[in-house]
Amino acid sequence: MDSKRYELNVQLAQMLKGGVIMDVTNVEQAKIAEDAGAVAVMALERVPADIRKQGGVARMSDPAMIAEIKKAVTIPVMAKARIGHFVEAQLLEALKIDYIDESEVLTPADEECHIDKTTFSIPFVCGARNLGEACRRIAEGAAMIRTKGEAGTGNVVEAVRHMRTMNREIRQLVQMPVEEVTGFSKANGIPYEIALKVKELGRLPVVNFAAGGLATPADAALMMQLGCDGVFVGSGIFKSADPAKRARAIVKATAYYNDPQKVLEASMGLGEAMPGLEIGQIPPEQILAGRGW
Amino acid sequence: MTVLPIRKSPDLIGVLDLQGGVHEHLEHLDRLEIPSRRVKDASDFTGLAGLILPGGESTCLARLITIFGLKDVILQHYRLGMKIWGTCAGAILLAEKVLGENSCLGLIDIEIERNGFGSQLDSFVAESMIPAVSGEILPLTFIRAPKILKTGKEVNVLLRIDDYIAAAENDGVLVTVFHPELTGSVAFHRYFSEKCGLTPQSEAAVISDWGMLSWMKHARIAS
Repeated sequence: MDSKRYELNVQLAQMLKGGVIMDVTNVEQAKIAEDAGAVAVMALERVPADIRKQGGVARMSDPAMIAEIKKAVTIPVMAKARIGHFVEAQLLEALKIDYIDESEVLTPADEECHIDKTTFSIPFVCGARNLGEACRRIAEGAAMIRTKGEAGTGNVVEAVRHMRTMNREIRQLVQMPVEEVTGFSKANGIPYEIALKVKELGRLPVVNFAAGGLATPADAALMMQLGCDGVFVGSGIFKSADPAKRARAIVKATAYYNDPQKVLEASMGLGEAMPGLEIGQIPPEQILAGRGW
Repeated sequence: MTVLPIRKSPDLIGVLDLQGGVHEHLEHLDRLEIPSRRVKDASDFTGLAGLILPGGESTCLARLITIFGLKDVILQHYRLGMKIWGTCAGAILLAEKVLGENSCLGLIDIEIERNGFGSQLDSFVAESMIPAVSGEILPLTFIRAPKILKTGKEVNVLLRIDDYIAAAENDGVLVTVFHPELTGSVAFHRYFSEKCGLTPQSEAAVISDWGMLSWMKHARIAS
């Protein structure tokens, strides 16, 4: 990927700022998401809550299903490839979708290497739990970052943890004298040049969205107030009692995240949220955020 | 002694701050030393000489300005003389006709097609001479851009490329399907400021130290 193409890819993510990206599994859901004001959809066969329940190996979705969704909407379409599965990524690029999520929600295909995203023209978003992980993905060519959170739980606690961790580490970097950056980078696995960039910018050098466990308008506003540039909502919408209503409410709360009165109005009468999972109840080997490195 | 209130003439440019590329426009207005404001509520429209509708997703923006009652506020201020510039999604909101969909604000007689080029892989950069706007060749950034297919009699075409129109205006409205705020050029921001009756302080056509990350100073986590 040449630098101009990378710039365009980062800039597409900039145009998504302040927006909500929604997981959808069919054309009907994609249309509901678009009508509700989603800025993009993530096309996949099973939302994370079902992947978690059904177990087994989760792979890239059927390209025919992704193609149908692409045809049905005019907003950008994203789809997931397994961590390290560069051929799934090649197929998604050939399908000409708009963004690839190299995602821990799917079963990793490589336990040592993430995809070399610099060899692609299509943009990638990757998950991160901390500044080091985010910067390593950026070094590999990611044009957008999201928190990993813990997908499919309806529990925002991990997304909050990941965002607070990144923010704390960014604050540390900004405040430290430059001679301490080498040691800090080494300790946190941050490529040195990117650490300097983060120090200068006071934030990640790409757009950073919240993801993993968001289920309510208040969850979305919480992540926005913590400094995220926008949000992903996966299972939270189509596993709730009234998806269209909840989708619209989360779009409103994300746009007006600093206005409690508007978030309050958006939160009224939405019906049941998706069933939630306590993180401590999940067996350690089923924690998705631990995938990737 | 009676103190008479002085009614200040509008001297600000607002950027609609609901979703999309807000910081990028604020950064360009700063470079021209044009006072600016983020616009989210009806009360934010006071004193606006102009309003920028940024790039983002037009379906999302249309939905938000409709449900939060901002559509009527925008139309009301437009009638009172506020100028409006729409970039990319913003241009779609301003169009009288949107191919296959309902129009939103309908303030300029153009027919526009959403996402006219294809997927993100078809996003591109170009450059062009637009004599009405600047004496220099301008960089243009198209991201999943719409295409203006037709314009009405009252509309002045500023830039035509191949089979589509990329920039146009009427008395009160400017539309560009590309993103000047994603380049180092401030020519369009200067042009719009002057259309609003404001005087940019800086003479430069290009910000020499602009970079793709310049907008981030408006969105820092730590400082």
